[in-house]
Amino acid sequence: MPAADLLSSQGLRLDGRRPNELRRIRCKLGVFTQPDGSAYLEQGNTKVLAAVYGPHQASKSKMSTEAVVVNCQYSMATFSTGERKNRPRGDRKSQEMSMHLRQALTAAIKTEMYPRSQIDIYIEVLQADGGTYCASVNAASLALIDSGIPLRAYVTACSASLGRQSATHEPLVDVSHIEEAADGVCLTVASLPSTGSIALLEMSNRLHMDHFNIVLTRAMQGCRDIEVILDGAVRQHLAEGWTKQDVITI
Amino acid sequence: MAGLLLSSTEKVFIVHGVQEDFRSDGRSNIDYRPMELETDVVSHASGSARLRLANTDILVGIKTEIDTPKPDKPDMGKIEFLVDGSANATPEFEGRGGENLASSISNTMQRAYHSSQAFDLKQLCIVEGKQCWKLYVDILILECGGNWFDAVSLATKAALFNTRIPLVKALLMDGGNVDLQLSDDPYDFKFLDVGSAPLLVTLCKIGEKCVVDPSAEEESCSVISLIVGITGNSKSYCADKGASNITDVDIKCSTISMNGPGSLAPKTLKNAIHQGM
Repeated sequence: MPAADLLSSQGLRLDGRRPNELRRIRCKLGVFTQPDGSAYLEQGNTKVLAAVYGPHQASKSKMSTEAVVVNCQYSMATFSTGERKNRPRGDRKSQEMSMHLRQALTAAIKTEMYPRSQIDIYIEVLQADGGTYCASVNAASLALIDSGIPLRAYVTACSASLGRQSATHEPLVDVSHIEEAADGVCLTVASLPSTGSIALLEMSNRLHMDHFNIVLTRAMQGCRDIEVILDGAVRQHLAEGWTKQDVITI
Repeated sequence: MAGLLLSSTEKVFIVHGVQEDFRSDGRSNIDYRPMELETDVVSHASGSARLRLANTDILVGIKTEIDTPKPDKPDMGKIEFLVDGSANATPEFEGRGGENLASSISNTMQRAYHSSQAFDLKQLCIVEGKQCWKLYVDILILECGGNWFDAVSLATKAALFNTRIPLVKALLMDGGNVDLQLSDDPYDFKFLDVGSAPLLVTLCKIGEKCVVDPSAEEESCSVISLIVGITGNSKSYCADKGASNITDVDIKCSTISMNGPGSLAPKTLKNAIHQGM
């Protein structure tokens, strides 16, 4: 059920955004020299670092002769949340996140290109303010592009919720922490916007089937908007050409 | 070091360079690499700093919590270090891979801050014997380019400098219990005195000479390195043997074990003092 107080009477959200407005996304590719690809992404107050190593030879136990093995690890800095976390990784939530990340990213990578190999994708959440999964997928997507691994399409993720303004229901895009905490619906979609396909879909809380379509449409629209932003960032990064760091490494 | 492969010729090149006081990146033996320091980068933490020393990247976040002091030190606060090697730095840190290194760094830091001349824990006391502040210093290694100890200690000092401790507005004593009321105003805070917080200096013995701020390549050439903690006040550095500030002798090659440190400690200590000034 949509939480009643997610939208004000003026139709604005708790943090002052309009229902169809994303948080500000700032991103940077190639932040580190050691990994094969890296990216930093800020989505509002959520800040995420992603690093890609590989493709390299897979360890014996994991190796697959058909396709590349995608290995993801999601960890959150102990100071990233309001309450201090005791462990940066290894808890249930991080493991679930790693699994979902792998699912979404494997869908985008052309896995058949590198049999017997492995790609490591490491995500580090520096600051969490809702939508960490979405930010992680978007950052990982940029890091994969930075590493030059062939992708089918951009993979982006976006969440959506449902708010109520007087009698009408209004879907909200890009859910922040306060909206998550307000116990509303949260539908997270990872998709390949240019092909229109969905790589992962997850929903928490109750939502009437009548509203499912509008929420999903809004989340997919969010994914498309994010793709445009990421694409802009990639083009700008490439236009800058050789950065100072590239010259140093060579 | 992590995932670094050097051929023997490359190693010889580095070792010879060090003997000539001219290292492969153009530095002399007592030069540091350029560093970049930023504070107040994480808004969820009370204090934070990010240090980039060439390509070593460290992020430190400090969180505060109210705790009861230890019975044997009723007027002192607590400080706890946690080092986390992010897998971003090197795939070897994945899962529990970085734990050994992480705990060796955090233990060294804990020992360096243990001495009362190094960092005055009394400033963290709220009510003697009842309540004190506990600082959680969480250190995240984002990229490794050698010389972790120095970088971690520098970033920690910067983050402590940046830490805001909220002021206590009212105290309610109810029998044995203390009830605190913290100020609601986010601008009502105090800073900590970090003037004497220790810095660690790593001296890496390569061939016959010692170098400071070794890069990852240089670390892989050295069999032994000595880590010296130096407090900010140049008069009170604890250079005596057995003082708690001389923290750790880290042996990379286990076969030489205790022989190495004994034979080189006096000389390297002298070097370290010079560097600390």
